[in-house]
Amino acid sequence: MKLQLKGVTKRFGTFTANDRIDLTVQPGEIHALLGENGAGKSTLMNTIYGLYSPEEGEILLDDKLVTFNGPGDAVEAGIGMVHQHFMLIPVFSVTESVMLGYEPTRKAGIIDFAEARRRVQEISARFGFDVDPDAMIEDLPVGAQQRVEIIKALSRDAKVLILDEPTAVLTPQETDELITIMRQLRESGTSIVFITHKLREVRAIADKITVIRRGKIVGQALPESTETELASLMVGREVNLTTQKEPAEPGDIGFSVKDLTVLSGAGKVVLDNVNLDIARGEILCVAGVDGNGQTELAEAIVGLRSAVAGTITLDGTNLRRMNVKERLNSGIGFVPEDRSTDGVIPGFTVTENFVLDQYDQQPYSNGVAMKPSVMREAAVQQISRFDVRLGTVDDPISTLSGGNQQKVVLAREMSRDIRFFLASQPTRGLDVGSIEFVHRTIIEERDKGTPCLIVSTELDEVSNLADRIAVMYRGVVVGVVPGDTDRDVLGLMMAGVPVEEAYAQAKDHHTILGEADEEAQT
Amino acid sequence: MSTEKKNNDDAPAAPGGALKEAESRLHYAVRELSQSSWVITLLSVVVALVVGALLILATNPQVQATTGYFFAQPGDFFLTSFEVIRDAYSALFRGAVYDWQAATPDRAIRPITETLVNAVPLILAGLGIAIGFRSGMLNIGGQGQIILGATCAAFIGYAFNLPVGAHLLLALVGGALGGAIWGGIAGVLKAKTGANEVIVTIMLNNIALYLLAWLLRQQWFVQTGSNQPIAAPVEDSARLFGLLGTGFRLHAGILLAIAATVFVWWLLERSTLGFEFRAIGENPDAARTAGINVPKATALVLIIGGGLCGLGGAAHLLGTEYRLGAGIAGTLGFDAITVALLGRSKPLGTFLAGVLFGGLRAGGVLMQAQTGTPIDIVLVLQSVIVLLIAAPPLVRAIFFLPNPDGTAKSPRRRRLKDQQAAEAAQEPAPTQEVTK
Repeated sequence: MKLQLKGVTKRFGTFTANDRIDLTVQPGEIHALLGENGAGKSTLMNTIYGLYSPEEGEILLDDKLVTFNGPGDAVEAGIGMVHQHFMLIPVFSVTESVMLGYEPTRKAGIIDFAEARRRVQEISARFGFDVDPDAMIEDLPVGAQQRVEIIKALSRDAKVLILDEPTAVLTPQETDELITIMRQLRESGTSIVFITHKLREVRAIADKITVIRRGKIVGQALPESTETELASLMVGREVNLTTQKEPAEPGDIGFSVKDLTVLSGAGKVVLDNVNLDIARGEILCVAGVDGNGQTELAEAIVGLRSAVAGTITLDGTNLRRMNVKERLNSGIGFVPEDRSTDGVIPGFTVTENFVLDQYDQQPYSNGVAMKPSVMREAAVQQISRFDVRLGTVDDPISTLSGGNQQKVVLAREMSRDIRFFLASQPTRGLDVGSIEFVHRTIIEERDKGTPCLIVSTELDEVSNLADRIAVMYRGVVVGVVPGDTDRDVLGLMMAGVPVEEAYAQAKDHHTILGEADEEAQT
Repeated sequence: MSTEKKNNDDAPAAPGGALKEAESRLHYAVRELSQSSWVITLLSVVVALVVGALLILATNPQVQATTGYFFAQPGDFFLTSFEVIRDAYSALFRGAVYDWQAATPDRAIRPITETLVNAVPLILAGLGIAIGFRSGMLNIGGQGQIILGATCAAFIGYAFNLPVGAHLLLALVGGALGGAIWGGIAGVLKAKTGANEVIVTIMLNNIALYLLAWLLRQQWFVQTGSNQPIAAPVEDSARLFGLLGTGFRLHAGILLAIAATVFVWWLLERSTLGFEFRAIGENPDAARTAGINVPKATALVLIIGGGLCGLGGAAHLLGTEYRLGAGIAGTLGFDAITVALLGRSKPLGTFLAGVLFGGLRAGGVLMQAQTGTPIDIVLVLQSVIVLLIAAPPLVRAIFFLPNPDGTAKSPRRRRLKDQQAAEAAQEPAPTQEVTK
């Protein structure tokens, strides 16, 4: 089916999220919509899917004008969408999930399970999805859950499939399977709109690329363009995709975790005997698919989660019995994973957020009363050093963009005397400019001789920053490998394959993206 | 994925989902209340006066009489209406601020002092509630904390024999302590077990009420030698001394209220403890991540808030009532919640709101006596004010004010929904409305 947008404009108050967007997706085409976080990609897709109604412009399907009053209309018209965060119910089976809302019924409204099951099997077989219709959603790996979402869309006869950041949660191997599926769908005539900010994938998968920046279409590109070309189109200026850094000069071990075991609230083991050593002047990245214990590792180190066994040692002191405040005061700088819930207090001013974990320390207070002028002065000084764009430091931090908020967090954590730096997803949701800045700052901190532990699910970030990489899978460290390890190897390790085996397997079988990388190099 | 997992792990009280939902709505309402602008407050008072006027008209027999021949002589209706409203509201004003019809100058300024007398317990208890609101806690237990404060202050006031200054001081401290313990029970329970403070404080209100009723039946407690459920009057040495001599009831409690207002401002805006309070109120997760001991701060919020409510009860008893009876708290505890809401949980705002409510109460008495307008109108005024402050869009719609977000008035609710969804979707985008 041909999807065509003409002058679609969507405003929120005074903010124009989409400004006169023209877009044509031909039948059987994989069309990538490339743009930074906040560029307006998701808004546009939600408009196509009927979640928003545009202020201006038209949507045409096969040259016929359509208007949607809700996702129901869009589904009816043949548009399917797979959201970045899956809309699945964990305790439902695959069949139940797929038929939800569109249950086939027999007489007297009785649900026809056999028919629903048959439909799932039929679609699954047609595209070689390999999904068991009776499996429970919660038991499936993320990649399979995504396939269920795709089956869901196809079972409602989707002719245009929208995939919103589909690879964000996948290992490279799972991404590979997704690419295969997308190609099969293309062969069968389905049009695919594929939203992403990852340049590698776009080049490997897309037939056509549309770049969107600040709500406007800034250009079309072909997959033959180089990553640098695409990046500068996306950001609007020349960008360095890889941060320059000198090789690490690791000193002695500054921070280490030994046999660390952590249980979840429900008593499940979420960290299983984790051992990590980080030298002074070295960045160790923890890679892995989201939800494999990385969050818990960071929280356990800072003391937000208590460990049942093991030691956490910073410069020879065991931190395990300390509370959060004592650990921070003994020299841990911590950038939490979720900035808006754990990192900042939105209603507080920039100054207050800047002293959030030192408000009761010298020189900001005497222990009882705070010293607003001292706080403010320090905030002003550090804010200019970290290049935070803001009105004044007395504004609530919620008036700042995500990137600038993150810079405030970094300024807070790095402006005190730290002996170990821990950051979880330090660039999640940031624009390219801020990402560059954050990476540079972390490398500078390393070069000062601070041991750094960075948790990230983005392989781009990991390979950019890491001197060594620890890969986690289901609460276990699968292995620690050098920073320049091949992504295919990392991907296999992220799925739980042990180090040696991962190397062997990766040698035999390259992923599509891996091959594309090699081609680009030669 | 990760958030899902987090929820599973960290929510042992899964069946409390509905309760949690209701609670977060309450929090939302409180936040909404404390963030709307001063203009809205003023306009709400205006609208409330209009609504009050309509009710006065509807119930006034003179006006009703003129409606009988409305079409014959509409002028009569409007003239009577105008006179009735003018008389009622001017009586309200004369009873609350300045009585220009009074015989002596003393009499003329007495209303404002009465207003302040009424305001003392409202301000003190309102501040206690406001501290809770600012810290994200809905302390509905003002009533119980006031009862405990008054009870402790009264007992110290008549059961001990102490020199003048020390006796008063001890009675006040005792009252504050009584309230602090009552608030502290809820605080410690919330901190240790996660018990919902709304439910606990409401229950503690009832316990306090019946505890007082029981105490008033105990001879060792009341020390009167009679069977009346009322305690002995407090000694002169424990009373809050008058400030303006005979004929006036205004007592040193007002100084206490002013001092408490300044103290609460300092506590919330300048002290490290207040920083912790505000932090856990705005975002407990970030507070915890920054190393703040959230349970300890939670307990302290309700202890200090309870202490202020207790002090309010003590000041009410030692300054105005002198004798402890079962109805000592009246509706003070609930009015204090309204005062804190109206004052946007800010110290100065709470002070002013306390004075306003004290004035409405003082003026209402005169209004009823002179014009026969039921004093219940005052309750209507109070309720309408709070209702409107809770719904700023309604006030803006009445006065055709622009939406502060800069968006045009949206005819459809869907748009609003869109906007919220978009804000979530556009999270990393640079916020456009830097200057609000």
